[in-house]
Amino acid sequence: MAYSEKVIEHYTNPRNVGSFAKSEENVGTGVVGAPECGDVMKLQLKINPENGVIEDAKFKTFGCGSAIASSSYVTELVKGKHIEEAMTIKNTVIVKELNLPPVKIHCSVLAEDAIKAAITDWKSHQAPASTAEPKKAREG
Amino acid sequence: MVKLPIYMDNHATTPVDPRVLDAMLPYFSQKFGNAASRNHSFGWEAEEAVDKARNQIASVINAKSKEIIFTSGATESDNLAIKGVIEFYKDKGNHIITCVTEHKAVLDSCRTLERNGKATVTYLPVDKYGMVDPDAVRAAITDKTVLITLMYANNEIGTIHPVAEIGRIAREKGIVFHCDAVQAVGKIPVDVEHDGIDLLSMSAHKIYGPKGVGAIYVRSKGPRVRITPQMDGGGHERGMRSGTLNVTGIVGLGKACEIAQAEMAEETRRMLNLRNKLQAGIFERLDEVYLNGHPTERLPGNLNLSFAYVEGESLLMGISDIAVSSGSACTSATLEPSYVIRALGVDEELAHSSIRFGLGRFNTEDEVGFVTDRVTKEVKRLREMSPLYEMAREGIDLKSVQWKTE
Repeated sequence: MAYSEKVIEHYTNPRNVGSFAKSEENVGTGVVGAPECGDVMKLQLKINPENGVIEDAKFKTFGCGSAIASSSYVTELVKGKHIEEAMTIKNTVIVKELNLPPVKIHCSVLAEDAIKAAITDWKSHQAPASTAEPKKAREG
Repeated sequence: MVKLPIYMDNHATTPVDPRVLDAMLPYFSQKFGNAASRNHSFGWEAEEAVDKARNQIASVINAKSKEIIFTSGATESDNLAIKGVIEFYKDKGNHIITCVTEHKAVLDSCRTLERNGKATVTYLPVDKYGMVDPDAVRAAITDKTVLITLMYANNEIGTIHPVAEIGRIAREKGIVFHCDAVQAVGKIPVDVEHDGIDLLSMSAHKIYGPKGVGAIYVRSKGPRVRITPQMDGGGHERGMRSGTLNVTGIVGLGKACEIAQAEMAEETRRMLNLRNKLQAGIFERLDEVYLNGHPTERLPGNLNLSFAYVEGESLLMGISDIAVSSGSACTSATLEPSYVIRALGVDEELAHSSIRFGLGRFNTEDEVGFVTDRVTKEVKRLREMSPLYEMAREGIDLKSVQWKTE
């Protein structure tokens, strides 16, 4: 199978690979997929609690080249967006940008899910803002 | 310096050896006769070439030349063997014993017979090395069993089955034993007498011959084995396989067998040296690499490794100037990881992480060095990118994690 130039480009020079330090605040983490399915994406979003804008993003992905490219692209896509806007991002945007063939559409779906999971995770830590509960472990 | 890209996928196919090509060339335009033309020199010339090839092929498996039937390749040979036996011996029984890691040409032939109500099939499991247990074969035999079909050596993991032992069981019980020996012929000693094989499939393009030609060995004596032809026509090949003989291809297959037989000992030494270097080099520089297949009972050119926390297809993409293959789901249309690797009982994610290196006649030590470097570097890069590697480093047991899947 031939890969699109954009997939190869993201795979070769992935953007924003890594994880935020555990001490960083205001980080939402989404882990989607499963090892036995051959795809696991971890997307972390650093979100400003004042205005709900995604200020930074990092990812780590176990998966094929298209999965890596999808998550790399998504980190670029969400930066600077408000979380409500980011929640509306559809996988088709990723498919179009990366020219993913039909057998790789599941990679884009996973990336879309990762955004939603990360934001949901962040929200779950924000809601009881008044109570000074210790933050839950974010992995898993 | 090595020349890129490097071909290290010799279980999939092999380049035609220049000596094989030279032997074939005259039979395209000069000696182009039909081997079945009995009344002129063009036909005689072609027939002579086919006879010579039959001898060369018979010799490499210790058969008699008249026991060699030419086909279009091993897929046809497998179909002919399995369907041909079931049809011919239908009054005697309808039960087949095979194993889960067989090639699709065998498995799907069996499934077709099952679906059409012509056979019942036992698919034996394999152990963690991919080896079938002869006692399990014996235990699976019923009074309806007419065929045991098992491969000599596996195309993905290289495991060599205890063929001679299974051949003895088949002979003792009077059951036909078919062996798909595509990966074994010309690579390791195969002897239809010693191994008790009644039908054997082989292919030219796996042994530095051309694509589109293969053969099936059909035992003629002790006992004589019969198969019903699967193609109607001019009654070529003693009625077992009609169709004008592919003389150029047959000449190529013959020459390929002759070379393989003459050079087997030397080539095996060379393959083992290259493979051991590749294996040692990778294991030295990377942790959590797992060997798939049998540690010793394995084809000399085969090395199948799982690189934990790295998905196979992404690794292939990173080493795109090296041609190897992966058991990863993403390389197949079905999105399922290799059924062979899964049959070993390894964790699913390790099945997704498997890479098959297939060393062959034309690989060099420099290439092995280059591949070792590239693979090591790319695995390290991808592990830095892998959330699983990170979690494992943090001491998280990946099996205890509740994965969010749809």
